[in-house]
Amino acid sequence: MKFVTSVLLAGVALVVMTSGCGRKAETAFTVAGSTAFQPFAEKLADQFMASHPDVNITVQGGGSSLGIQSALSGTAQIGMADLVILPPEASALTPVVAARDGIAIIVNPANLIKTLTTEQIRAVFNGTTGNWKELGGEDRPIRVVSRETGSGTRSSFEQVVGGISLLREALVQDSNGTIRETVANDRDSLGYLSHGLLNAKVSAVSVDGVACTADQIVAGQYKLVRPVYLLTKGAPAGAVKDFIDYILSAEGQDMIKQDGLLPAK
Amino acid sequence: MKPVGERVVEWTLKGLAFSALASLLLIAVFIFMEGAPFMVRLGVKDFLFSSDWRPQEGHYGIFAMIVASVWVTLGAMLVGAPLGIAGAVFLNEFAPESVRRVIKPMIELLAGIPSVVYGFIGVMVVAPLIREHLGGAGLSVLAAALILGVMILPTVISISSDAIGSVPRSYREGALALGATRWQSVHMVVLKAARSGIAASVILGMGRAVGETMAVIMVAGNAVTIPHSPLDSVCTLTAKIALEMGSAVGLHRQALFATGVVLFIGIMVLNGLAMAAMKKRSART
Repeated sequence: MKFVTSVLLAGVALVVMTSGCGRKAETAFTVAGSTAFQPFAEKLADQFMASHPDVNITVQGGGSSLGIQSALSGTAQIGMADLVILPPEASALTPVVAARDGIAIIVNPANLIKTLTTEQIRAVFNGTTGNWKELGGEDRPIRVVSRETGSGTRSSFEQVVGGISLLREALVQDSNGTIRETVANDRDSLGYLSHGLLNAKVSAVSVDGVACTADQIVAGQYKLVRPVYLLTKGAPAGAVKDFIDYILSAEGQDMIKQDGLLPAK
Repeated sequence: MKPVGERVVEWTLKGLAFSALASLLLIAVFIFMEGAPFMVRLGVKDFLFSSDWRPQEGHYGIFAMIVASVWVTLGAMLVGAPLGIAGAVFLNEFAPESVRRVIKPMIELLAGIPSVVYGFIGVMVVAPLIREHLGGAGLSVLAAALILGVMILPTVISISSDAIGSVPRSYREGALALGATRWQSVHMVVLKAARSGIAASVILGMGRAVGETMAVIMVAGNAVTIPHSPLDSVCTLTAKIALEMGSAVGLHRQALFATGVVLFIGIMVLNGLAMAAMKKRSART
């Protein structure tokens, strides 16, 4: 008798659960990739879902390479990649530029150096310049901090600056946030991060005499800039297209601007 | 003939018990299938003995990371083994019951702290101290060794404590009856009798230190170099895998699996040694 009741209960539970799922015809899709754009995508998705209750968007990080991979394999409908040059495998995807992001070269606020040339930055990251004195600072070693292989910020940085083969002694941190912490705590260090994530704990140096500010980046003066791509397999359609259109709309672009990234155009 | 219900329960339990073994087997097979062909193709020598790791340019040498793992682990043992063994001796031989009742659960609590918290303390407290007082980047072999040394304490203390506790009371009484002081009986008799169990505790602690990832990523600095001093920053095998797995594709991914194979074999050897040490003990007592 007990057995029969439990089977019946399980059956009822099953019916209740499945009917709950089927009640609403939901469109669900996933956005994955760049960790620099992830917070923006999350916020945009929340806004979009508020006005489109029938759409469910999941936003994941994982890095630009993963974004491209997921868009290719179909595990994500939109891949986010913040790369200057998209890799060859991404040619099968349709790219849309959603925003632009400056890459700030950061030092500890206690550092006397306030400006560097592209040439000097290249030399430091290659290890040919190893002391702040060579750049006009104190007689202290330079501690280079970089991102891990596969990071979009790192490949963009290396592509924009050009000719970088990172010195082996460079410290490697796995996010923009930990790079910022490392540089904030160590007065001898030099790193780079997304312009949108600058704060008072680190100071951004001018590159070739141009300060890393939103105005200079928009004006096209600041050179270390990369686009943020949204990648879809084939032309975007349906809810995916609506979402991308929303990001590119005045409202979406405004939100991107407010939080420190730069509009696409 | 057992009743049907009995047999069903027996078989279910048997199945569940073997599922743990099956998952181990699956993991082993998977890692080897993904990683071993790569090692063979690249050449085991180039893979293990080159320290040139530049995946974009097709260089996959993990020697620097092997050295880094060895340094960090040995450093952790230098910190953790003496502290752990001394702690176990104190708890078993010298501490009054009331003290033991407080300290033992606390040490077990130490094992429950997530590794990311250890890493956080390493980054916020240990690394800055090293940077200010000893120089270097702070994120270094030394920082990793200190943090890991504390992380392995619960393993070392609880297993050595069991080993010391299982030394028969008569050994101690014999030593004391012969006129030995308490300390003499501990280091001449008890520690000698428990030494294989203590060795096992140290080896298992070592296995834990080799395998730890999160805390090490946070405090070791992750520079792919062969360290020349404890103040240099290094990237261990586990850190490398965790840092790059998310974005690796193709050969790079296989190279990380091959790194996993090396790690897997290393930890198997350590566990094997620990088991052999324990067996020796049980055979003798």
